[in-house]
This record gives sequence, structure tokens and C-alpha cells, in this order.
Amino acid sequence: MISPNTLFTWEGGPVSDGATDELFEIRIRGSECAVSCGKGEKVLSVLERVFRMPDCPSVRIGCRNGGCGVCRVRVFSGDYVTTKMSRDHVSKEEEAEGYALACRLYPKSDLVIEPAFVSPKERRQRRLTEET
Amino acid sequence: MSQEGLLRPGIVQLRVLDMEEAITHYVDRIGLDFVGKEDDGRVYLKGYDEFHHHSVVLRPADSAGIDLFAFKADTQESVDMYRKRIEEYGLEIEDVPAGEQPGTGPRIAFTIPSGHRIELFADMDLSENGPETNNPYTWKNEPRGMRAQRMDHALLYGPNIDKVEEFFTKVLDFHLPERVDLPDGTLAIWMTVSNKAHDIAFVKHDEPGKLHHLAFYLEDWSDIGHAADLMARYDISRDVGPTRHGITRGQTIYFFDPSGNRNEVYCGGYTAYKDHPTRVWDGNHVGRGIFYYERQLNDAFLTVVT
Repeated sequence: MISPNTLFTWEGGPVSDGATDELFEIRIRGSECAVSCGKGEKVLSVLERVFRMPDCPSVRIGCRNGGCGVCRVRVFSGDYVTTKMSRDHVSKEEEAEGYALACRLYPKSDLVIEPAFVSPKERRQRRLTEET
Repeated sequence: MSQEGLLRPGIVQLRVLDMEEAITHYVDRIGLDFVGKEDDGRVYLKGYDEFHHHSVVLRPADSAGIDLFAFKADTQESVDMYRKRIEEYGLEIEDVPAGEQPGTGPRIAFTIPSGHRIELFADMDLSENGPETNNPYTWKNEPRGMRAQRMDHALLYGPNIDKVEEFFTKVLDFHLPERVDLPDGTLAIWMTVSNKAHDIAFVKHDEPGKLHHLAFYLEDWSDIGHAADLMARYDISRDVGPTRHGITRGQTIYFFDPSGNRNEVYCGGYTAYKDHPTRVWDGNHVGRGIFYYERQLNDAFLTVVT
């Protein structure tokens, strides 16, 4: 965990609707970009409020509700929980490998993540490959 | 009678990840009336200004998206006539027996070249909770939430748009008020079987069978503003708007249900007649066509679907 005074600040003050005092660092793998996320807060909500900076690999904003899959990420380290995500975008196997939708991802410790957006074209090709 | 054959969109069935959240969204926020829940878990809803049993079906599932979009015909004879034409066109018909959805007669189902399941049916019971017909008030009970009057149209994403256009115009007697043509082919088509500016629309997309949005009709621009206030108050995930579409000229907000299916509240739009020419947009102007004030397509319009 990191102390709040090392965090980025942003208009509107500290994080979170209903978040606790506990703050975790969410780092984008391979970059200097990090942001703090309250326990009980969606990773995507924080990224959407804070990450609009150059040189930060961005997580796309879509439906924010687990259905469209554009905020797909892979978590490389840390503990977290997820709520229901569309299986079109994160299969059980992928979930076990650390894939998640950032809009359904809640940290329980510091996390290192990487955007893992799959375009509709790639998704269709993968599906066709699986079928043959 | 001037409008014969197919009349209008009649049923949409959506997949939702969490039924309780979905009911709060569609009933309390959008303002549809709860009709019933059946043993298989499906939930049936209707707009306060709709006469028939239901128009929106929610099915609990582990992925979001659209199961089917159905058009209501004037008579069973019309459905039989279209069955023949569809089979001659080369699509396979599946029969759905009466009662598969409550209050609903037999339906015919087929998959169009974009990968979507489209259905036709003639019979549905009138709702006991429909609008008044004897010396009616504007509404019987004051509308809730965003005050959606009816399920209005859907925009679907998938491949083979040229074939979809051919099928809807030649086989199902739709006409085409508006289109977007890019140098490498048609990007999008807006089609109607009535004289609404669109009953169904398609955008070219790599993955088959996708939903871009399901739209609900509101009375006017001031109700669109009221809907935006509700979205802010209840932290509903908003995509674009309030704004206007150049295409159809309707006023709009795009937002998402709790499973990530995009919804639209829509009002206005011009009246389309079969003998009107098609309005055509090119690649340099399509931004204004989709979002009239912003004048540009955002990335989410082309990539965020369920």
C-alpha cells in the first residue's frame, strides 16, 4: 500500500464513493503510470477520472458495466475480486490467468495491470480458429 | 388500409447478467411497466403507451447482447406470405410455437446474413394495462423515470450489410430513408417498414450478431433532459448526449444498462414515406450524421457493442 500523499491529485479531491481509507496502487505494467484506488472501488472508475495523460497506455472506456469488453486488462500481480463479467470477453480459463474487465475489478492489494483490449476483428478470428 | 404486412418492431429479447439490477434499470429508471416473470427466468416488460402484452424480454445469461428482434404483422396470412418469400430467398425458417412467450402467438424465426435472429409474428394479446381507449387521458398513471413511451428501434452490428439491405428491402418490404456510403462500400443503413425514420438499422462490423443499442421513445426534448438528470442522479453509465443525430434528426442520449447493453432514449425524427428519396452521407460528413453537434464519431460508437 502507498501513502495518500504520494498519489496523483485531481479535481474533485480524494477517491471514491463509499471507498474506505484503504488505498491501493494500480500500476500500468511497463510504464511510470500509477494511480490509487480505494478498497471497494472499481479500477476503471479511477482510471477514467485520472488517466488522461500522454505516455500512459490507456484502458478504453466502454459500457462500464461488464458487457462490452473494451476495458479488458490482464492483472500481473496483486489480489483482487471481480464481479460478473460477460463470458464473451473473459472466459473461465482467461479469468484464471488474470484477465478481467477493469469495470468489474476491485483491488484487495496493490496491482500491476496491462490493457488487453481485443478488437472485434481479432475476436472473430479467434472464434473461427477455435471452431476449426 | 395503407400500411399492410409488417407493422412495427414488436419484441426484443436481451441478455442480462443480473436480473435484479436489470429490472431496476428498465422499470424504475427507464420507466417500462413490469408485466411478469416466467419459470425459465425471463422477465417481460412494456412501455406505458404500448397496447400489447409486452415488447421487451430480459433473459438472464452469462453474456450480454441481443437474442432476437421481432416484427409484428397485421395478419397470420401476411406472416405466411413472408415465410414463402424468405424460404425462396434461401433462408431457413424455424417455427416458434404459440405460448413460447406469454400472450404471444406463433412466430417464425430466421438468421439474416449479419448473424442476427429476426422473427415475425401476427398475434399478441392486448395488455390489461394498455393505454385507455374510451375518452382517454394522456396517460392512466403518471409515467415513471425517463417516461419511455415505447420500445422504438434497434441498431445492430454485423457483416454482409449489402445482403441485409437486399433482404429487408426486397423480401420484407422495408424502405431505406438514410445510408452512409464510404469509398470501400456501405458502412450503415437505416430502414423502416412504417413511416418512422427507422425501425431497424445496421452498421458493418466484423463480428456477427452484435447489438449497438436498443432505443426507447420519449415525448420530446425536455424529456431527454429529464432522462439526463436521472442518469446523473443514479450514476447510470452515459455514452454520448444529450445531442442530436443528423441521420433521422432525432434527439438522443446513448447510455448503458447494468449489463453493458447500450440503450438510447430518442425523440423526434422526421416522418419517412416510401416514395421519399434516400438521404446519403459520405465519409467526410458522417461525423455530423451520427452526432450532429459534436460533428465527429467517437471511438466507442464503432467498437463498443454487446
